[in-house]
Amino acid sequence: MEYTFQFAAVFRELPYLLGGAALTLGIAFTSFWGGAVIGVLGAVAKVNGKRVARRIASAYVVFFTNTPALVQIFLLYYALPDVGILLDPLVAVVVGLTLNSGAYLTEILRAGVISVRRSEIEAATALNMSRFQILLYVILPHIAKTIYAPLSNFFVWLVLGSSLAALFGVEELTGRAINISTENLRSIETFLVVAVIYALLTLIASATLALVGRWAFRVDAKVL
Amino acid sequence: MFERLVQEAPQFFGYHNLVFIGQAMGRTLWMTLIGCGVGFVCGLFIAIIRQTQTRILMPVRLLVIVYVEFFRRIPFLVILFIVLFAIEPLIPGTSLLGIATVSVCLLSTAFLSEVIRSGLESVPRQQIEGAATLNFSFIQMMSMVILPQSWRVILPPAAAFIVMFIKDTSLASQLGVIELTFAGKMLVNRGFSPILGFGAILLCYFMLSYPLSRFAAYLEKRLESS
Amino acid sequence: MSHLEIRNVSSVYGKQRVLQDVSLSADKGEVVSLIGPSGSGKSTLLRVLIGLTPPIDGEIHIAGERVDYSSRRHLRRLRNRMAIVFQQYNLFQNMSVLRNVAIAPIKIKKRPRREAEEHARSLLKKVGMEDKQDAYPDQLSGGQQQRVAIARALATNPELLLLDEVTSALDPERVNEVLDTIRLLRREGITMLIVSHEMAFVREVSTKVAMMDSGRIVEIGTPDQIFAAPRENRTREFVSKILSHPK
Repeated sequence: MEYTFQFAAVFRELPYLLGGAALTLGIAFTSFWGGAVIGVLGAVAKVNGKRVARRIASAYVVFFTNTPALVQIFLLYYALPDVGILLDPLVAVVVGLTLNSGAYLTEILRAGVISVRRSEIEAATALNMSRFQILLYVILPHIAKTIYAPLSNFFVWLVLGSSLAALFGVEELTGRAINISTENLRSIETFLVVAVIYALLTLIASATLALVGRWAFRVDAKVL
Repeated sequence: MFERLVQEAPQFFGYHNLVFIGQAMGRTLWMTLIGCGVGFVCGLFIAIIRQTQTRILMPVRLLVIVYVEFFRRIPFLVILFIVLFAIEPLIPGTSLLGIATVSVCLLSTAFLSEVIRSGLESVPRQQIEGAATLNFSFIQMMSMVILPQSWRVILPPAAAFIVMFIKDTSLASQLGVIELTFAGKMLVNRGFSPILGFGAILLCYFMLSYPLSRFAAYLEKRLESS
Repeated sequence: MSHLEIRNVSSVYGKQRVLQDVSLSADKGEVVSLIGPSGSGKSTLLRVLIGLTPPIDGEIHIAGERVDYSSRRHLRRLRNRMAIVFQQYNLFQNMSVLRNVAIAPIKIKKRPRREAEEHARSLLKKVGMEDKQDAYPDQLSGGQQQRVAIARALATNPELLLLDEVTSALDPERVNEVLDTIRLLRREGITMLIVSHEMAFVREVSTKVAMMDSGRIVEIGTPDQIFAAPRENRTREFVSKILSHPK
């Protein structure tokens, strides 16, 4: 059996693919920050909240971390029209991924919050630090250190996870790859190139996050 | 809407639908279990190769590092497509389920090898030096000192990753594998309410994942404290 | 030629020279102690001897035979005649005390299991740990673990025993039980190379003492000479400081 790889047809479409990569990053960013807002609320509810708030936050996390994002988004996309809400595919995907990140980030942030040791706060109080100073110099750096690695891993996961948008016809990186491969019929080449783009994208993202971590939080993160 | 659900429910939860969903769940489980089983064995192999230091194995180490880094950085959906387009011409007639299972294996090998590697590296260096000065060979050191002590570090995150793989298999619906997600789509296409169809599917995933998540959390707590 | 001959050995850690031109010898049955401040290269010398840190220069001869540290075969032979006890005991946490001691004879030296375990028990008896043979390392105190580690090192019948700060990690009241074990070994005539900060002990058991500083051997002499009449200023300074402020 003979097969000659021909990448030329794929490379011609590189600008088009990179445009898709930009949308991929856009989806990941939006869901990440949206999820971060939910995550902060969720973590506060789980650590300091009243019983009801704790229950709700737990149920939310348990549901979203134990079911596939794809099916959640199917439900959003196909069931909401029943109650008169018609979501654009891109919006449905972003909402779905945001709810997912919210759940994961709740857990990550919670782990960060409970890693702050009482003894350190007591030591800071004994040094006559104000509440704000304690928050700024003791609590936040501590949380930042604990959550840094899981946070950047999660961001990578989101970039990869956003590829499911293609199944709803969103033309991000994977969606555009599907478009191209149905035209040029060079499927394997197309998806190999796209795989490399994903790998580079996430490598750059991890490296950037690691550098930011080193510079801003003095976290000893591995760049590569 | 609510009326529709009540009206459809008896028919939805009829015998044939339940068998259909049960079979689909079986395929989801099959992909996950075979994927993780193969992934664990291959991952262990890769992790051990990465611990070797002989110069002869240098190219192999490099190769597996590239493999692990690459497959952890591409979406499962893309892996599915690559495997699909690579296997079809090579082994014509491979079932879609087979293709999806191979894809899960590729993914889980990469992730589990990292989990296993951090487990192997958690064994204190002093014990490894102790073994070296007693003339343990590499294999003896692995089998008698390192592996018996690394399970407790490997198991909790490995269980958590299996939950992730269960969820990832939902993407295999895109190939046409009749697993849970595809079954949900088919039921909705047959006219059942999406809330009922996808809701039931979500519940099925939850029943598979949740016990495993709890088990992972339990392992983490127990193995950490002992 | 002495049983152990170290000639002009140097070693590096990263870019730093941690051993510089070190020469030392030990005859059969001798107890040679290395003293000196932390970071002077004492432990590194032991690690070089047993092949955990490669030497970059110099020669090491054992029983008249030069050791090639880049050869696995040589390394294997070397470690058959030499054993080391570490500061942190380095026991296998997943094995019982008896297993820790017997595993190398059984698995590496292929001795019959019964015989090896018999021998292990007699060694445990010698170090006073026979009633703990089924315990696991994390159930033992530091001093007990260290005595097991000594038994483990002896189990392969080494010609030369290296002891690397074996009492440094122990509670003060545990130090003596380990030192007693070493005194016993000395009476049996085992050749030993000891790194220790227990100066009174060093003076008592050694046949020869080497003072090290910044990777070099400053002075070698008998214990009485080193402690009572050191020739070098650096030795005098170190000895007087450590004797006036015992740690």
